[in-house]
Amino acid sequence: MEARINIPPKVVRNEPFEVRLQIRHPMETGYRTDDTGKAIARNVVRSVTCRYNGDLVFAAQLSSGIAANPYLRFFVTARASGELQFEWVDDAGVRISERAPVVVA
Amino acid sequence: MLRATIVAAACAASMAAHAQQRPIAADALRSGITYAGADIRAMQADDLANPGFLWVQRGDALFNENCTACHRDAASMRGVAARYPAYDPPAKSVLDLEGRIEQCRTERQHKPAFGRESDDLVALATFVTHQSRGLPMSVSIDGPARASFERGEAFYTQRHGQMNLACTHCHDQSYGKRLYTETISQGHGTAFPAYRLEWQGQGSLQRRLRACLFGVRAEMPKPGAAELTDLELYLAWRANGLPIESPGVRR
Amino acid sequence: MVALAVRPVHAALPSIPALDGWLAGRTPRFARIKLSIPAIADNGFAVPMRVAVEGPFAPGPYVKTIRLFSETNPVPDMAVFEFPLPIERVEIESRIRLAGTQQVVAAAEMTDGVVYAIATEVIVTLAGCMDGT
Repeated sequence: MEARINIPPKVVRNEPFEVRLQIRHPMETGYRTDDTGKAIARNVVRSVTCRYNGDLVFAAQLSSGIAANPYLRFFVTARASGELQFEWVDDAGVRISERAPVVVA
Repeated sequence: MLRATIVAAACAASMAAHAQQRPIAADALRSGITYAGADIRAMQADDLANPGFLWVQRGDALFNENCTACHRDAASMRGVAARYPAYDPPAKSVLDLEGRIEQCRTERQHKPAFGRESDDLVALATFVTHQSRGLPMSVSIDGPARASFERGEAFYTQRHGQMNLACTHCHDQSYGKRLYTETISQGHGTAFPAYRLEWQGQGSLQRRLRACLFGVRAEMPKPGAAELTDLELYLAWRANGLPIESPGVRR
Repeated sequence: MVALAVRPVHAALPSIPALDGWLAGRTPRFARIKLSIPAIADNGFAVPMRVAVEGPFAPGPYVKTIRLFSETNPVPDMAVFEFPLPIERVEIESRIRLAGTQQVVAAAEMTDGVVYAIATEVIVTLAGCMDGT
């Protein structure tokens, strides 16, 4: 499952920095039917978490109301250099973790 | 108007192959993005927000896994998408980019084909096209490509489907006008493979062409059908000079 | 960036049972929270939206969660965004699905229980041509 994470290459201590996350996921609503008329089971990314050096700094509970290939842009206040650790899980139980380094200038 | 266009094209063809008159003059060519709403334009313009990059990324991984044994690196792909569709001597026919990738896969790598609308092929085609980002479309319709081009032009100017519409009716005669709430574009394929909001994902130009045919209530040729490749060649020639946008975002 | 539309801000919320249930009797304040969303969506499958809550926050209450509610989608609770640590720049951007023209409600809950809310209408049209692929 592809994902793209974008963080500025250098961040300034105590200032907010922008985080962008784009996840490849169909966010299947559960309301569609296939060509035989059978319902396609709902499968959406349910929960996204972002930890900064272990501390939870952002979380999102999503639903079928979020567009396919979910895109999130939010801010985190810079503290120490380290990393952001992302984790997300979908209805099918697939759990993905990704990391991105944070470099405080 | 339609008859005049066909007559003009026939006259031009009989005069000189290179001097063929294009329906839209070079300085009047406009990308589909100029007809799109502000949100679509913003999504395409911001590389960090453009969802097509998920496929560029996947294509990058696939390219490194499958293609670098022969093709050295991504940079060697620069300019390739700008000259496709192109006549391919081993295949003895015009191939589009997806067809050329599949040919490499089956004939040279001796692996099973990806499948025309498979996610992997869309990703690889997106990645290869991305290496030509910003380059002008530059296909050739000379020599052995000529027959395909003429078939493509005939398809483009021929009426299709229950609605009995030809591509030219919308994309040469009505661009800029409204079709329900949308503004009709000039119908160039220079932003494909593109992320289409209606598809909720990335897809090929051939998929978009099939969707248009469905829209006029015509039977859709199968993905990879020769008439779609011929049409792609005609469209690319018609758009020669327009820069390639990759990954494109469309509604 | 999301196209900012100049149109009237609703000083009342549409009746959405999920929203009323969550408010549990609290009266939201129609201030400090901004919802940037197109007046007319290019396509209901992916409508860009941005919610921002105006600071400053320190040293007082800060934003705990931001919720999004849909007036007419089959699932009215669209998303909950949580901010476990105090942050001065409270802004969240995403793309939502809207099943037709409707109001979208964004509500921010502060650490002291105060709710700031805003409702904005989005017109969602069908595509000009059907796509059978």
